[in-house]
Amino acid sequence: MNAPLPDVARLLDQLAEQIRPSLTPDTALVGIHTGGAWVAAELHKRLSPVLPLGTLDISFYRDDFSRIGLHPQVKPSAIPFVVEDQAILLVDDVLHTGRTVRAAMNELFDYGRPASIRLAVLIDRGGRELPIRPDFCGLALAIEPQQNVQLRRNEQGQLSLTLA
Amino acid sequence: MADGLQLSPDGQLKHLLTLDGLPSRILTQILDTAETFMDVGERDVKKVPLLRGKAIFNLFFEPSTRTRTTFDIAAKRLSADVVTLNIAASSQSKGETVLDTVANLTAMHADMFIVRHSQSGAAHFIARHVAPHIAVVNAGDGRHAHPTQGLLDAFTIRRYKGAFHNLRVAIVGDILHSRVARSQIHALTTLGVPEVRVIAPRTLLPAGVEQMGVHVYHDMQAGLKDVDVVIMLRLQNERMKGALLPSAQEYFKQFGLTPEKLARARPDAIVMHPGPMNRGVEIDSEVADGPQSVILPQVTYGIAVRMAVMSMLMGPAQ
Repeated sequence: MNAPLPDVARLLDQLAEQIRPSLTPDTALVGIHTGGAWVAAELHKRLSPVLPLGTLDISFYRDDFSRIGLHPQVKPSAIPFVVEDQAILLVDDVLHTGRTVRAAMNELFDYGRPASIRLAVLIDRGGRELPIRPDFCGLALAIEPQQNVQLRRNEQGQLSLTLA
Repeated sequence: MADGLQLSPDGQLKHLLTLDGLPSRILTQILDTAETFMDVGERDVKKVPLLRGKAIFNLFFEPSTRTRTTFDIAAKRLSADVVTLNIAASSQSKGETVLDTVANLTAMHADMFIVRHSQSGAAHFIARHVAPHIAVVNAGDGRHAHPTQGLLDAFTIRRYKGAFHNLRVAIVGDILHSRVARSQIHALTTLGVPEVRVIAPRTLLPAGVEQMGVHVYHDMQAGLKDVDVVIMLRLQNERMKGALLPSAQEYFKQFGLTPEKLARARPDAIVMHPGPMNRGVEIDSEVADGPQSVILPQVTYGIAVRMAVMSMLMGPAQ
């Protein structure tokens, strides 16, 4: 069952405006596969196309590997800039337990020592299991633990949210 | 043949013993996963934490340098604890059986065995007897199979040629004694290479090789014409002693890859060799070190491919 959710383009606009004042020349965006990479690309368009943009696939850093195994479609991480001393803006679509963000931070440190990492998410759905909070958030949504909010992209590249 | 052993009921890889009978879905998944490991070797920290706490034993009952080293590096890049045993020089010489060795290492909480043995079927034998949570990788058994080499060769071809469906690949040399050739043929035919050729003297071809889906040539001029990939095999020196071949010089004259013979292939053909090379026997140094050679990239890719295999095998507890 899908319920109506806010328009993603407007959420992205608001999120970009929240982030804008704190941008520095050494800021780099890193989106977490797959939804976070879409959000990062949209923010990148809105904020500044000259900022470095990378993507992370955290499959090799997950804490549930021994329970569920390797994701069958792992994508390469692509960090086309030097992480050392960069101000990283880590981007994900939906923040839930915080475990994905933990894994992404571990992976980032294997590329170098960033000057700082801040977290931007489109949706914060609550349910944290780790001491992690977003620095920038498009929308905080209180939903039931068994519910699932998902970012989707259609063939035209348009993003939408579904609640199931 | 080994389907029941290699794949779990839900189609996941449990052991890697041979490429014979593995579906292209699994081969492609291994190559795709290897692709994602390619950048790990270039990072600041050349390691991912995936197999932290897993114990991997390299059991080398037969000597090897390249294969053993790349399995070792692959396990370390996955953060596993890895122990390499050259068993020819240890317990076996004191009379311990293979299964006793395996049982002892299992008692040390092993999670994976990488097995190299001069007897065909050794890795299957071990896989059949290990505890259910332990995975076995065949790192070369007798004349039978060397699946990770076949996979890394397929990976190399895909990296340089982009796809398999439009290629002509020639495998040249001692097909008869070569586990590498068998694994290459299984990998390439499964992945959709329409024309795999083998080029060898009659004495170095197994009977019925055509049934593996290859085209047979006994002459380099015809066999190399218009191929996209040339894979040279090592000629083992001991073959010269028997009646199989007249001499190394004579072999080089007929089957050694020289710039002149390579000119028969497509101008953008790549040259591969699983190593170790006998320069001046199966390959001329000018070709081995030339611009079409991808022999050293093969070694680098071997690490990523072995990381992929190990990480797919060490998934959820069975």
